Amino acid sequence: MVNSKLESIISKIIACTAIELPTDVYESLQTMQKNETQPLASELYSCIFDNLDKATALKRPLCQDTGVLQFFVKCGTKFPFLDDIEETLIAAVRNSTKSVPLRHNSVDCFTERNTGDNTGALSPWIEWEIAKGMNDLHIDLYMAGGGCSLPGRSKVLMPLEGYEGVVKFVFDTIVEWGINACPPLVVGVGIGTCAATAALLSKKALLRKIGTHNQDPKARDMEIRLKNGLDSIGIGPLGLTGSQSVQCVNIEFASHHPATLGVGITVGCWATRRGSVHINSDLTYTILSHANSI
Amino acid sequence: MDNSKKKIITTPICDEQILDLKIGDIVYLTGMLATCRDDGHRRVVESSRFPNFDLRGMSILHAGPIVKTTPYGYEMISIGPTTSRRMEAYEGAFIEKTSVKIIIGKGGMGTNTAEACKKHKALHCIFPGGCAVTAATEVEKIVGLEWEDFGMPEAFWIMSVKNFGPLIVSIDTNGNNLFELNKSTFNIKKDLALREILPHVHFSHN
Ligand code: SF4
Repeated sequence: MVNSKLESIISKIIACTAIELPTDVYESLQTMQKNETQPLASELYSCIFDNLDKATALKRPLCQDTGVLQFFVKCGTKFPFLDDIEETLIAAVRNSTKSVPLRHNSVDCFTERNTGDNTGALSPWIEWEIAKGMNDLHIDLYMAGGGCSLPGRSKVLMPLEGYEGVVKFVFDTIVEWGINACPPLVVGVGIGTCAATAALLSKKALLRKIGTHNQDPKARDMEIRLKNGLDSIGIGPLGLTGSQSVQCVNIEFASHHPATLGVGITVGCWATRRGSVHINSDLTYTILSHANSI
Repeated sequence: MDNSKKKIITTPICDEQILDLKIGDIVYLTGMLATCRDDGHRRVVESSRFPNFDLRGMSILHAGPIVKTTPYGYEMISIGPTTSRRMEAYEGAFIEKTSVKIIIGKGGMGTNTAEACKKHKALHCIFPGGCAVTAATEVEKIVGLEWEDFGMPEAFWIMSVKNFGPLIVSIDTNGNNLFELNKSTFNIKKDLALREILPHVHFSHN
């Protein structure tokens, strides 16, 4: 059943995510603007902030590609409305498509017809996680734009290719494909056994806030080295060169099969739109992603 | 940028307006602009079906907008460029068949497009990707809609625009290609960066 109170919370986070950047992404772009030394790149940062100001003032989606909506749901086993979540998410997406409005981004497979309301087979996409014994609900929303989804890929390396292989895969992907995906990018890297787990972990890495690091010291060291290395290439905003390249590199990993080393990469554009909301069992809630939520 | 300092190109575009532009130059567009993406390119190139709008001397935008229907007509809400590279396989033939003069998108295009730009004296420019509300405020009016059967993002929206930009020339009429140049610099720097990092990530259980 659609829960109307829950729906209005989800609709609020959808609108908020489409119109304004999450606070960490906004602040990271501010820092990059401040540190930029090249004139064309500085001008492009001004265009970006001018656009963000207009989106807030006019309450319009900051980028026309509002993506495919993907929800990462962590639900307590004692949350009272567990049964309602899926239908409510779908209803919120359908209604927000009109009210925000969002672009129609769900195309049926094989008939290749646009459904016109952002819903369809497994659309919106929902990933579930269960929190044992808890009575609350946490939802991360990601708007997967087309341009920034294009560079994503995963590959299973032979273990002897080592982490050197992982690093090369990241650099090749960013230079070959990332430059068209509206840099400066947020880069998520996943390491695991197979193509699917590495890809999923790379998505989780992308959802992690900018400025946080993996707790494992070696993974953290690699995050920093990858970021510095990519920055030294000077991809700049929109791939038009500059003194930096990426907003961050986040790594998530799972222990892997001894005979494989899977690596996945998922990137978000300068306009990385994710929203996160914490909802209590009485349906009071807090938006965690947007400090000054509209 | 102050309007009097902007270099503005007005449609219909004649060769003289664009011949001396070089990659990296910044210009603005005033006049008619139509959106055309994957499906539109395929329809023109594979089926030789043309929209009811003469593209000669005009300009297209690789974009799929958000448009609102109001009692007074269509309202442009948000329109930013989409990845031009997706159209690479078709763009050369598209330029030849339509005599379009400026192609606007985001990211670079390849040799097929660069050769067509050289041969037919056309430009590829980029509009800063994602800056879709800025772009929408530079659209004066939606004057036509063709190929509605493709759905909102893929349809052929015809707009009148004023000082639409900044547009950064990425392929000029001599076929010079800014992104290809940048990419070769990036690749050289990539190899240097890898040389620095690789010795530090040789994790093993020896
Ligand atoms: S890559 Fe991001 S900013 Fe660029 S057009 Fe796509 S969604 Fe918008």
